[in-house]
Amino acid sequence: MRRFTRLEAVAAPILLENIDTDVIIRIERLVGNGIRGTLAPWCFGALRYLPDGSEDPGFVLNRPPYREAGIIIAGRNFGCGSSREGAVWSLQERGVTCVIAPSFGDIFFNNCFQNGILPVVLDEAVVSGLAREVEESQGAGRVTVDLEHCVVVSPAGRRHPFQVEARRREALLQGLDEIGATRRQAAAIEGFQARDRQRRPWVYVTGDPA
Amino acid sequence: MAARTLFAKIWDDHVVSDLGDGAVLLHVDRHLLHDLGGSRGLLDLKQRGLAVQSPELTFATPDHAISSAAGRAGTTETGWSLLDALRAETREAGIRLFDVGQRGQGIVHVIGPELGLSLPGTLIVCGDSHTCTHGGVGALAFGIGSSELSHVLATQTLVQRRPKTMRVRFEGALRPGVLPKDLILHLIGVIGAAGGTGYAVEYAGSAIAAMPVEGRLTICNLSIELGAKMGFVAPDETTYAYLQGRPYAPKGEAWEHALAAWRTLPGDPDAAFDREVAIDVAGVAPQVTWGTSPEHVVAVDGTIPDPTAEADPVRRRAMEAALAYMGLEPGGPIAGTKVDWVFIGSCTNGRLSDLREAASVARGNRVADGVRAWVVPGSEIVKRDAEAEGLDRVFTQAGFEWREPGCSMCLAANGEVVPPGQRSVSTSNRNFVGRQGPRARTHLASPAVAAAAALAGAITDVRRPA
Ligand code: SF4
Repeated sequence: MRRFTRLEAVAAPILLENIDTDVIIRIERLVGNGIRGTLAPWCFGALRYLPDGSEDPGFVLNRPPYREAGIIIAGRNFGCGSSREGAVWSLQERGVTCVIAPSFGDIFFNNCFQNGILPVVLDEAVVSGLAREVEESQGAGRVTVDLEHCVVVSPAGRRHPFQVEARRREALLQGLDEIGATRRQAAAIEGFQARDRQRRPWVYVTGDPA
Repeated sequence: MAARTLFAKIWDDHVVSDLGDGAVLLHVDRHLLHDLGGSRGLLDLKQRGLAVQSPELTFATPDHAISSAAGRAGTTETGWSLLDALRAETREAGIRLFDVGQRGQGIVHVIGPELGLSLPGTLIVCGDSHTCTHGGVGALAFGIGSSELSHVLATQTLVQRRPKTMRVRFEGALRPGVLPKDLILHLIGVIGAAGGTGYAVEYAGSAIAAMPVEGRLTICNLSIELGAKMGFVAPDETTYAYLQGRPYAPKGEAWEHALAAWRTLPGDPDAAFDREVAIDVAGVAPQVTWGTSPEHVVAVDGTIPDPTAEADPVRRRAMEAALAYMGLEPGGPIAGTKVDWVFIGSCTNGRLSDLREAASVARGNRVADGVRAWVVPGSEIVKRDAEAEGLDRVFTQAGFEWREPGCSMCLAANGEVVPPGQRSVSTSNRNFVGRQGPRARTHLASPAVAAAAALAGAITDVRRPA
C-alpha cells in the first residue's frame, strides 16, 4: 500500500451531498479483471462529460488549475452507495489522494484506508469555509493535509485539526498492508475456529445436502 | 452482565482478538463471491502466494455480469470471461459454485437465505453493499471492498470498528397496497440517505413481527441506502419456520442445537440503542422516488417537491440537479408521469412474494403500448417456483417479458440498460445518476407500483389504477 504523510495540492470543491460511487465510477468501467490503471479518464464520468462525449467545461475537474487537483472537498455522505473499490482506484489514478467532507459512506471510507487514500472528516462549516477560500483564490490557493500532525491548512493559513484512528494513521504513514498484519494472528484465528466448532458446529457443516 | 442488543451479542461472539484503539478482528462465517469481484479476489490471493483459509465457508455464484436473456445470449465477452475465471478459480480453491442453470444460482443476496446458507447469529460478508439483505434472517451481514475481500479469503477474518446502534420500530398495520419496500423508502425519506451512516440498524416493532421473512429481507436490503452498512431483524418463530428444511440449513439434532442457541440471540429487553426512530406504518402510502437519491421519495399520490422551499443550499442544489436530470417540473403530481420501462426484479424485490404481488396487479391486464416491462426472477429457485404456480404465464399474457435470473437492469453491467433519456420504474434499490444506464431516469417503487405503472404507461397509484 502507498504511504500518506503530507500532501500540499490543488483542492477541487464539489459541494454536492450524497455523491455516490456510481457517480464516481460507472459500473461498466469496472467489469473485468484487468481494469487497474485504466480508470483515470472515467473518474466522475457522470459529471465530467456531456451527452455527446465531450468534456463539460462547467465541471470543476475539467477546468485549470482544478484539473490537477490532488484533494477533493465534498458535501455530506461522499462515496455512499455501492462497495465498489473501483471508486477509490479511479480517484487515485486521477491523482486524488485525499477527500475532505463532513461525512462519508461507511464502505467507501474503509476502502480509502486500504489504498493509501486519506478521508478527512471536518465540520460542515469548516468544509464550506475551505471551499470558499479555494474558490476565492480561483484554485490557486493550495491546501495542505498533514497526517503526521493531523491538521488541514487552508490557503489562507487557517489550521483545522482532524481526527483519525491511531491504527489507521500508523498504517497510512508507513504504507502497511492489513493482510500481512492479520496473518501474524494465524494461531488466534485457528484457536477461535477450533472453539467455535464446539460451540456452533452447524456453522461449519456446509457440504452439499444429500 | 449488562443488557445487550442483538447486535452486541452477535458481534461479541465473533471477536477473534482485540486489536486496540477500537478495532477488532472478527470471524467471518459466510463469505459469498459473485462474478464481478470473485475471480479478481481469488487471483489477487494467488498473486500474493496465499491460499484460501476456509473454502468450506465460501460460496460463489454468477449474477451481476451475466445477461438475463434466454440462453444468457446477451452476455458480453467480458461477462463470459469473468464467469470462466470464476469457474476456474473456485474449482481450484475448492469453493462451491452455483453455476448458471443450476438450482442455487441467482443474485447472491437472494440465494443466501433461500438455500439456508444465511443463518441467525452468523456473520456474513460479500463484496457487495447489499449484503445487508441477509440481516433479514437475524445475521450481521455487510458489504466489503476488494481489499477486504482478499483479506477475508486469506484469513477468514476482517478488521472492523464497532458501529453505533439504531433501532427503527415500525408499529401498526400496513394499509392495503402498502408493501415492505414502501416502509423502508418512507424511512429513508424521513431520516435521509445518510441517516444511518455509522450505525448498525435493528428493525423491530409490530409491523416487522407480523412480516414474513421475504419482506424483512427487502427492508434490510435498503439499509445501505439509509447509509447503514448493516440492518437486521431479530430471529423469531417466523425466521425458524422459514429456514427449517432449506438445503444448507442444519438438520436433525444439529437443527435443535442451533435453534436453542438462536433463541438466546434477541436483544435483552432493557438494552439501550444510540438512536431510536419510530414509524407509524398506518400513515405510510405506497412510495415512489422522484430524484437521484433514495431520499428523494414521495407518496405515489404526492407532489414533486419544489427546491425553492428548501432552506439548506446544498440540499436545494441537489434537488435542482436531480429534477433537471429526471426531466421533471416541481409542484405537480408525480402520478401521471409517463414511463418507458418497467423492471421487476433485483435483490430488493426479486423473490417469489414480490413476483406474486406484481402478478396480482398484472393478471388479466395488458402492458401499455410503448412500455417495455421485464420480470427477472432473483434466482433459479424463484424462477422454478414461480413457473410452477403459473406466474410466468400471467406475466407473458399481460405483455411482460419473463427472463433468466440475475441482477440484470438493476446495475446495467451486463449489456442490459435503460436507453438514454428514457424513464424507468424499477423495483431495485438505486436511482443514482446513470445507474440503469447513461442518462437513464429511474423511479424506485414496490413490485405492485411497478406493475401498475407498466399497465398504465405512467406512474400511478396502485390503489386507484388509472
Ligand atoms: S440486484 Fe442490483 S443491488 Fe442487488 S446485488 Fe445485483 S446489482 Fe447489486
